[in-house]
Amino acid sequence: MTSLPFEGLRVLDFCWVVIGPMTTRHFSDFGAEVLRVESSLRPDVIRHGLPFAEGKPGTNRSGYWANYNSGKLGLGLNMADERARAIAFRLATEWADVVAENFTPGTMEKWGLGYDALRERNPGLVMFSASMLGRGGPYDAQPGFGPVLTALSGHTNFTGWPDRVPVSPYGAYTDFLIPHAAFAAVCAALDHKRRTGQGQRLDLSQLEAALYFAATPVLDYLANGRVQTRDGNRDPAAAPHAVYRCAGADRWCAVACETDAQWRALARLIGRADLAADPELAELEGRKRREAELDAAVEAWTLARSPDDAMQACQAAGVPAGAVRDCRDLFADPQAAHRGHFVYLDHPEMGRYASDANCFRLSESAPDYRRAPLLGEHTEYAMREILGMSESEYRALADDGVFD
Amino acid sequence: MLSPYRVVDLADDRGIFCGRLLGDLGAEVVKVEPPSGDPARRVGPFHGDDPGVENSLYWQIYAANKKSLALDIESPQARGALARLVASADFLVESFRPGRLDEIGLGYEDLRRVNPGLVYVSITPFGQDGPYRDFLATDLTGAALSGFAYLTGDPDRPPLRVSVPQFWTLGGAAGAAGAMAAHASRVRSGQGQRVDVSCQQALARTLSHAPQYWDMNGVILERSGPFRPIGNGRALRVNYECADGCVNYIQPGGETGGRAMAALCAWMDEHGEGNALLSGTDFGAYGFGQLPDDVLDAMSETLAAFFRSRSKRYLSEEAIRRRVLLFPVNDPADVCSYPQLAARGFFRQIEGPDGAPMTTLGPWALSSERPLGLRRAPRLGEHTEEILRGLGLSAQEIADLRASGAAR
Repeated sequence: MTSLPFEGLRVLDFCWVVIGPMTTRHFSDFGAEVLRVESSLRPDVIRHGLPFAEGKPGTNRSGYWANYNSGKLGLGLNMADERARAIAFRLATEWADVVAENFTPGTMEKWGLGYDALRERNPGLVMFSASMLGRGGPYDAQPGFGPVLTALSGHTNFTGWPDRVPVSPYGAYTDFLIPHAAFAAVCAALDHKRRTGQGQRLDLSQLEAALYFAATPVLDYLANGRVQTRDGNRDPAAAPHAVYRCAGADRWCAVACETDAQWRALARLIGRADLAADPELAELEGRKRREAELDAAVEAWTLARSPDDAMQACQAAGVPAGAVRDCRDLFADPQAAHRGHFVYLDHPEMGRYASDANCFRLSESAPDYRRAPLLGEHTEYAMREILGMSESEYRALADDGVFD
Repeated sequence: MLSPYRVVDLADDRGIFCGRLLGDLGAEVVKVEPPSGDPARRVGPFHGDDPGVENSLYWQIYAANKKSLALDIESPQARGALARLVASADFLVESFRPGRLDEIGLGYEDLRRVNPGLVYVSITPFGQDGPYRDFLATDLTGAALSGFAYLTGDPDRPPLRVSVPQFWTLGGAAGAAGAMAAHASRVRSGQGQRVDVSCQQALARTLSHAPQYWDMNGVILERSGPFRPIGNGRALRVNYECADGCVNYIQPGGETGGRAMAALCAWMDEHGEGNALLSGTDFGAYGFGQLPDDVLDAMSETLAAFFRSRSKRYLSEEAIRRRVLLFPVNDPADVCSYPQLAARGFFRQIEGPDGAPMTTLGPWALSSERPLGLRRAPRLGEHTEEILRGLGLSAQEIADLRASGAAR
């Protein structure tokens, strides 16, 4: 194993909720020192987000928060105090390689931490900003939060049944889509700086980036004037293509025939040689016409089986299938377990908790997963070791509430 | 930003987004596609509904900022050119089934000997090893196995996927992240490495706090239709019908929630369609999800009635003016006319497959130093000559490759 890719890299992290913290977690996973700036007076809203360890609320007890902040250091700064803002400015200009934030546009500027102010002192700085709808434009200061973006990006419209009100993908869905690209962009900016000495600002609108995950219907409208909409689990290019009820309460298995051969294999597997031989069903068009009938035939077979038995039988026959996993199942899923999808970390207040692992593995650089910090846990370290404050100076500021 | 680097992109329609992202960031992305055209070129919908090889809108969006080298990677005649191409590359991206490239001498172990600095990115449904390694997967079966579907849908119907595929797109994005982490490592050590993406894991990372609910509290979150679960089996309605579509209204907690609801109550009261219980409730005093049941019920009914008779456009414009946290559930036409996107100039014109201008999505991030580029997706084999020449092949060698059918 070589050393971690970001050892020695310093990230000053003002991010909150999900999109920002999930982006910067890539850096802490791979060795960077990520200093997470928070205030106990206005804590990150998901520090009080469910679930709490043992169901007991507390600033340091949210599993939701902990998942996106593993491996970071906790710095308390009361940004209402100008001394706190001065400290943040010093960290951003004398210490940080990267400053990351996802406040409403204008917040960092209000604190004297806008990119232009920071760049003057730290021209190599890479500053990453993300906001809901992007800087500028009529709605840039519109209040709102992650979950509404799925409505704006089209994801909500595309999730549900054609005869019903759409549902939304669970949670602040677009927040989870964007951090991979955001991280790649920050890495690219760091590489540019390594080669040229020049830093930069990266500014991302969550709505715009999220559209890349629902892009083809937008192009279909622009090019062809067609307004596509949600269609349950159906797919214009595959049939049968559905989630089928299995034996047990609320147990399901997804089956998808993308080719004619897969269809014939499925029909034989479910004991319907008659359908396999039916010339009307040999090609997609015919199967789409009789899709409801085929769904009933497949479900008659799945109903007698567990999701895993149905999946295994389909896979053995060369038919794509996947058991529907609830979150308990996901912890027991043999593939997720094989990949170590959940990592267990020991936390002084929460005890052992499960954090999501990275979804990519590097053959030579295993991530270094460490627990999430307590609020302000590393304030003294940051002030004394990083900024070189004396103990009495640190105490005086602490007594004045600068680190609250 | 990444202009010194070359990406050899062997990924088909499944891993296609990875190369696009690296190309956006400035890398030279050489999409190596079969002379008959990449499988992504056959993914609909199509420009003008004509399924020609240049017309896939999926290809148009996800192959932008790439070059096309039409070369048959399985042909013995192409081997020499491929070896040179790989030697010239900094990254390789692929999304074949695990083991497939090993069979034709293009596996990681083969290529690292040629190019020890190569970052080799593999994007597959479940990763390169493990019990599901050889499982067939689609967007739908991926949504099932990752835990996404169970959380999504109406309680009285089957679990759902998103009708626009997410599984591969997310895996592609994760590939770009992994590629850049591996690159950072290479900058230090000079050594490349293998990046092994699991799309199952990538989609499982979109489940929000649901896995932690199980781990910490032993609670399995369930799908709840147009409602959002807020704990203890209770739910907050978030999606509502309006006169010509749907709108989204999520009641936040605390101060923000207090202001938003006061504004909405005043709006409904002006039309004589308010509700005394709602107008009399101090919403700011409740955290997210802490509203009493009778208030939740009154909200669901009163808001539904108020929204149902009004248009999406009226509701969303008025909401902006009144600072009510209501948003339209945008369909594709709404997305294209959304004022914020227009004001930021997000949509851009490029040359379409028929040579006429077409509108597409603009860059997903703004850089103060090196703006993300936007070049239309390449025509089949558009850069074959340029790339092969650059690798030192003679005109005759290129002509021979073409004559043999190995290149186009």
